[in-house]
Formats: sequence, structure tokens, C-alpha cells
Amino acid sequence: MRGFLFVFSILGVMGLAFWAYQENYRTQQSLGEVRQLHSNIGAAHQRLNVLKAEWAYLNRPDRLRDLAELNFDRLGLLPLMPDAFGRIDQVEYPVLPLGPILGSIEVSSDNAPQEEDL
Amino acid sequence: MIRTPLRPLARILKARANGENPDAIQAENLRLRHEDIRDSARNRAEGRLLVLGAMFFCAFLVVGLRMGALASSVPEEPRVAASGNPIIGQRADIVDRNGRILATNLETHSLYAQIPDMVDPERAAIGLAAIFPELDADRLLTDFTGERHFLWIRRQISPEQMQAVHDIGDPGLLFGPREMRLYPNGSVAAHILGGASYGREGVHSAEVIGVAGVERAFDDFLRDPGNEGRPLELSIDLTVQAASERVLQGGMMLMSAKGAASVLMDVRTGEIISMVSLPDFDPNDRPQVLLEGDQSDSPLFNRAVQGVYELGSTFKIFAVAQAIELGLINATTMIDTRGPLQWGRHQIHYFHDYGAQLSATEVIVQSSNIGTARIAVMIGIQRQRDFLDSLGLLAATSVELSEAHSGAPLLPPNWSELSTMTISYGHGLSTSPLHLAAAYSSIVNGGTLVRPTLLRQDRPQFGPRVLSEDVSRIAVDMLRAVVTSGTASFGEVPGYQVGGKTGTADKPRENGGGYYDDKVIATFASVFPADDPQYVLIVTLDEPTVDALGEARRTAGWTAVPVAAEMIRRVAPLLGMRPDVETAAPVGVTLTSN
Repeated sequence: MRGFLFVFSILGVMGLAFWAYQENYRTQQSLGEVRQLHSNIGAAHQRLNVLKAEWAYLNRPDRLRDLAELNFDRLGLLPLMPDAFGRIDQVEYPVLPLGPILGSIEVSSDNAPQEEDL
Repeated sequence: MIRTPLRPLARILKARANGENPDAIQAENLRLRHEDIRDSARNRAEGRLLVLGAMFFCAFLVVGLRMGALASSVPEEPRVAASGNPIIGQRADIVDRNGRILATNLETHSLYAQIPDMVDPERAAIGLAAIFPELDADRLLTDFTGERHFLWIRRQISPEQMQAVHDIGDPGLLFGPREMRLYPNGSVAAHILGGASYGREGVHSAEVIGVAGVERAFDDFLRDPGNEGRPLELSIDLTVQAASERVLQGGMMLMSAKGAASVLMDVRTGEIISMVSLPDFDPNDRPQVLLEGDQSDSPLFNRAVQGVYELGSTFKIFAVAQAIELGLINATTMIDTRGPLQWGRHQIHYFHDYGAQLSATEVIVQSSNIGTARIAVMIGIQRQRDFLDSLGLLAATSVELSEAHSGAPLLPPNWSELSTMTISYGHGLSTSPLHLAAAYSSIVNGGTLVRPTLLRQDRPQFGPRVLSEDVSRIAVDMLRAVVTSGTASFGEVPGYQVGGKTGTADKPRENGGGYYDDKVIATFASVFPADDPQYVLIVTLDEPTVDALGEARRTAGWTAVPVAAEMIRRVAPLLGMRPDVETAAPVGVTLTSN
């Protein structure tokens, strides 16, 4: 019985050691991945920052104003003035195209020659 | 183990035969046995002590070695335990109230030389001078061949320049990463943002520190990594700020003024929506501080915050509002305006003579110095001083700019009755346009004190009450009357019901001897819309003149007012305010028969 316990505990220790060894390497691999991801995120952040800065630079008010003036012929953009406000009933809604006629009633004279054709 | 008997039969019998006491044998054996037990116990204890000592020795050895290793090795960031986002360690961005970027960072590189590693200093010096025109090849060569081992060449270089330096191919020319503060909008809001520069610099990194404006006032916040890149949200609206700068720039040129300032403020929250000071500068390339001469001539000078001027008749509303609050007069009380008013050897005149008396409203509308001075005398020295103090006009503003403390008002050294009279119409007390904006906001918003702020707020400030709501209403009506029938008739903007008060103050001579005859500060303090005041706009022009109707005119009514009106016309729609023109007949059901 004692011998059995002895062998059993030795096997247990070996198993646990093997498990700990594997966990250790898995952890290290995860840490490496996290580090890699962090550096990727950092690079993406940096790229994003550059893009944001460029976006802000391209949208700076001075440039937009100059562009609006340069392209006035095409776009006709003016500074927002008080007369730009209107009322909702001044908005012209597009006239919706009429839908197809469904369930029409056939009349016997439909295909009959019209008077002008006669 | 063989146990020795205490009374061995053979020895007992022998002892008995010899007539000895057998108990002595037992005692002797017992003694021997006890000695054996004692020896073995001591051995075991000594062994245990040895093992314990060895264990302790090993433990201390391990601890000591570990400490030595920790002390002698380079510290390493903990990788797993780091909470939050370990990437965003940069200085935080600054954004406007709608989230548009006002200041951000850009990765660049710095260029330095490790001189012992250089292969061909002469070629490197010539190459560098070709890339960077401001460098001198001879001086570089002297540095490269001298005693030095290390040399900073440039703090920031562009990627193209970096490639060109790579092409020189000298192993002694090295790059270090650098964060550069970038203000993408150029000079827009330059005085508010201030600027940044480098603090402690190393090869691998450099500290970016704010040197002026909000960059300096919020330096700790912007550098705090605990914010995880949360930007600093200002109350400024970038679009409004740019439009205001544009209008003010145009107005300044048209009125041939040497400087101009404007402040647009929300009367309830105290948020500064736009604050302009001209001439301005580009914070990406901050000019040097003037070493001599008048600092107020430098473009770095923020006229809206640091420029303390006598703001003239714009102060009259304070005296009249206080007198009504105290019950001394009401809007229709007739005030004696016969002039000139004599006090000691001083005389108070005013611009036009409008007759013997005017109502309190007319005093404001016609801007009567004598009338206001008489009202101020009724109020008295102490009460006037307390009231102006409660409006925040006697101390530097609490706005979040590093320059705010230098905009402390200039008070008269001795607040006499004459000072009371002159201060009531804006002479003898110098304040900044921002002070005036905050004080006007407190007057027109229903009478509660607001403090100007540059941070975005989401609720009104409920400050202590300085005026009752009725008096605030009366004051706004008076200001509205100034525009409809008084000195600010050019200030009318259809649909926005502008109210305001003009102020034209002669500039004091620098050497202290009185005032200039031909140099003025023209101010228009306006509020709109008058039926429900939402914004206060202060426009100040420094030394404006405009030729109109055949003569040179300097008064605010001809200079600051048209500029302010144009600014309101441009800015109010941007603030989402719909002009209140007479609405067309409402669409609805019309009764055709009754």
C-alpha cells in the first residue's frame, strides 16, 4: 500500500511538473502575442493619429474657405448667413412618380380604334 | 537496537555473592542509559540545527543574489500586470466643443551626431548643410573635428529630410524619436492654445511641455497618463472662432486699427465660444518674446485677456443698473444733465449737449457722461466699489489660461468721489475685454454671476445673484434701445435683436501725462437676442479711424459697432440661431364660415 502511494505521488509530481512546464511556455507565448498585439495597436494608433492630424489639417478653416472661393463657379458655396434659414413649408418635396396601375379593369372598348384614328 | 537490561542477572547474582548492593548496578546502568539518550538527542538537535542553518544560509543567499541582480540590472516594465492601455502615453489632444482637433501630436525624429563613430566628418558636414539651409558647413566641421563627442543637430526633421540624411550614410549620424506638437488649424485660436516646446530632452525621448495658454494651464492634465488619451475639451467652437477671426481681421484693416480683440461668451454657462486677439501668430512656429519695447505690441500678447484698457462708456450700464437695483432711480427717472459738471478743479464734459435733463434710459441711449456721473454720486463710493467687485471687475479673471493673472485690472490708487464719477463712465478703471464680457453676461442673464471659462460645460452656472431679474430685464431693454435709437444704430442685425453699449475711450499717454487726442480704444459690448439674451459679444478696436461722410471718425459707433454687427451676422447662424423675422402667415386651418 505504501509503495503504491509512493509511486502514485511520484507520478503525480511528474504530471504536475509537466503541466506547469507547459503552462509556463503557454504563458510566455501569450505574453509574446500580447506584446506583438500591443505594438501593432501602437502602430495603428500612430497611423490613426497621423491620419487624424492630416484630416484636421486638410479641414482647417482657412483651407476650406480658400477652396470654397476657388470652386465658387461650380459649387456656389457662400458663408452661412441669416437668410439661409427657411421654414419647413418652403421646402419643395419631390413629386413621387405614380406607381403602376394594379388591378385595372379591362373595358371592351380598350383596344377599339379611337375616334381620331378613324 | 539491543536494549541493555538495567539489572543483568549475572552481575546481580555476582554482586549478591560478593555482598554488594545490586541497586548500585541498576543505578549505574540507568545513568549510562540516560547518558546515551542525552547524547543521541544532542546529536539529533545538532543535526537539525545544521540543516536549519543550511536552509537559512541558502534562503539568505537566494534573497541576496536576487537583490543584487535586481539592483544591478535595467528595470523592466511589468508586462502582465499593467492595467489599462499601455500604448497611449502621449500628450493628450485638445479638441473644440464639437470634437474637432485643435492640437495633436505627430511622430517625428530628431537628428544627433555621435562624433567618435563618424567616418567622414567633412562629407557629412557638407551633406547636412545642403539638406538644412540654416546649418553652416564650416561650423559643423569644426564641431565634428573638435573635442566634443555628442552634438544635437536638429530637434525635428521631416521624413524627407530623414531619408536625405540616411543617404549621406554616415554611421555617426543618428535619429531619436520625437513627439511634435501640431496645431493643424494654424493661427486659429492661437492665443487660447498658446504653444508647446521641449522640456528635458534625451536621445530616446523628449518631454513636451506647454509654454502658454491652455497648454500651460492644463499641462498636468495633458501629461497625465491616467487619462488614457482623453482629450481636453474646450468651450471654443472652431468654426465660430475662424469666422470671428476673419471678420475681425477684415474690420481691423477697414478701420485701420493696430490691434483688435473680441470675446463671444454664453451668458448662462460662461463658456467662451470664441476669443480673438489680433495680430496673432502661428503656434506651430511661436515667435520669440520681445526683449525690449512694449509687450503689448508683440503678437503673443492676448489683448482679450491681458490687455487692460479703459473701456469707456460701456461701463455706464453698471452704474444705471445698480442705481435701479438700489431703488434710487427707475428707467424713467429724469436725471440732471446740465454741464459741465464741476468737481474740484476737474470738469466733466460730454460729447453732445442734449439739454437740461434726460431720463435714465436716455442717459444710456445718448451716452451722457454727466448723467451717469450724477447717478454714480447717488450710489456712493463704497457701494459702487462693492458692486463692481461682485461683478468680478476688480480682480484678475479666473479663466484657464496661464496669462490670466497678468490681466489684473488697474484700479485708481485712491478711490475718491471723482474716481467714482469717472469710473461710472469707464475712465480710471482699466479692465480686459474678457472682464467686460463676464460682467455683461452677469447683468443680462437674469442677474446671476458667471465666471468665464474655456472648458466645455454642460449646465449653466448658478452663481450668486448680483441683480434682480427685473433689473436685468430693464438693463437689456436699455441696451436694446441704444441700438434701435442711440449711438449704436449700425449694430442692428435684422432678426437678431442686438442690444449693446458703445464705448470710446481716449488712450492714456505712455509717460503718464494725460490722454492722446487722436488715439482711442473703441469698444462695443453687445448682447443678442435681446428678448432672450443668449450670447454676449465684446469687440474692441485699438486706435481705429475711418473716413466717413467726409471726416475721420474714431468713435465706437462708427468703428467697433459695424464690425460687431457683421460678426453677429456671420456667427449667429453658425451658433444655430434662427433669425426672428416676422413669420409668414402660419399654415393651418382657416375658418371659411363662422
